[in-house]
Amino acid sequence: MGDAPDSGDEDEPDAETDGGLRAYTVRLELVDEPGELLRALAPIADNGGNLLSIHHERGNITPRGHIPVEVDLECPPDRFDDVVEGLRGAGVNVIQAGAEHYGEEINVVLVGHLVETDLSNTLSRIEDEADAVVLDLSLAAPEGTGGISSARARLAIDSGRSEEALAAIRSIGTDKELTVVEPLLGGDA
Amino acid sequence: MKLAILGAGDVGRSVADLAGEYGHDVVALADSSGAAVDPAGIAVESVLERKAGGEAVGSSDPEDVFETEYDVLVEATPTTLGDAEPGFTHVKRALEADRHVVLANKGPVAERYEELRALEDEHAGSIRFEATVGGAIPVLSTVEDCTPQAVTAVRGVLNGTANFILTRMAAEGLDYEHVLAEAQDLGVAEADPTFDVDGTDAALKFVILANVLADGGFALEDATVEGIQDIPGSALDLAAEDGRTIRLIGEATRDGVRVGPRLVPENGALAVTGTRNIVQIETRHAGSLHSSGRGAGGPETATAVLSDVGRLPPL
Repeated sequence: MGDAPDSGDEDEPDAETDGGLRAYTVRLELVDEPGELLRALAPIADNGGNLLSIHHERGNITPRGHIPVEVDLECPPDRFDDVVEGLRGAGVNVIQAGAEHYGEEINVVLVGHLVETDLSNTLSRIEDEADAVVLDLSLAAPEGTGGISSARARLAIDSGRSEEALAAIRSIGTDKELTVVEPLLGGDA
Repeated sequence: MKLAILGAGDVGRSVADLAGEYGHDVVALADSSGAAVDPAGIAVESVLERKAGGEAVGSSDPEDVFETEYDVLVEATPTTLGDAEPGFTHVKRALEADRHVVLANKGPVAERYEELRALEDEHAGSIRFEATVGGAIPVLSTVEDCTPQAVTAVRGVLNGTANFILTRMAAEGLDYEHVLAEAQDLGVAEADPTFDVDGTDAALKFVILANVLADGGFALEDATVEGIQDIPGSALDLAAEDGRTIRLIGEATRDGVRVGPRLVPENGALAVTGTRNIVQIETRHAGSLHSSGRGAGGPETATAVLSDVGRLPPL
């Protein structure tokens, strides 16, 4: 179990100047507008990062109309947080950075008459009302589409908003008489 | 200490059986139909044999228990909701007679906590109730040792029946009804498993924890409770795809109580298997503590009762 102590308010160790460079992957979501990609990349160089590759998934627009972009970069380990903060400071939606998920990723399982209650409407309500992005979905309907089925949705949510998002999903579940199995947040379960 | 035990179910009988080992005398054992009372100590073995043979525990009136000389009333009658009677009145009478009370009955502590504490303040005796939460697992004494102010939340699995059902569903890919029938055959689930599977039993325990953390203010009606009856096997399969499983998890904080099926990491601490229980005590200064063990059973729960008896101050 990752009992990582809170290091947020501790002094950072001195920058390791001879620690070399490390490669990182940052996952972003960009609005589909001209110049957006260039704007998003500037903070990386500005904060000492070196771009290695960009995977621009144009064909893979998220249901909210955003374009996922995966950026590989290298930088000294002590600069990486600055890179991420620079991106966020520039208003770029950072979904994942290195091993850390920003804009937390959570799973929920929905159970009930998913098909009859219009699953795609349920998902778009989750995106709107919970302000979440559905990253993927898997569905199990052993009784056929007319019976009780289950779905697991992996959602990206802005960091610090999980509680609100889950409350919104709970109320959608109540509306549609679906059982919502939420992740246990908090603690190190 | 001289113990008077009300309730001759698994827990009451086990307390009587084990009391001698802990250096205590049993002066009374009663259920709703009769009582064995002897100020010099009842003959526990023969009383338990009588009860096992289907007879009443004794020929005395259960009322006589309150008239005898005892130090500690052990309240081990079945848990009741709402007014928590007759358990609450039993506790009240003992406290008003300046005796100690140790509860295994969840009702009074979950439903009428403030009244109990007020009675305790007015009289000489103390109340303790380790056995009401997590059977053999030292949950309340751990919270007490940490001090309730230093505990921010308690989470975990406090119903073995529901945990057994979810474990088997995940392992065998079976649906709820199949596994429930199996659990009933094995004696893990009662003929009427409602309170175990609808979350009520776990909720009572987390309500008690919230009362301890916040020094009262909660009853069952304040808890948000969902059960596991609507969880199909397919939901557990989907959870497993992502390295997770579903457990009936309770959470108690100063702000409230919530019990419901939740996704937890399959290999995480809270995903105990079978009838095992676990609690995670989240502290302000010392991270999380976990204790797991048997959360139910006569001898298991009786050890919690007898540990409480050992913690009582002299009267």
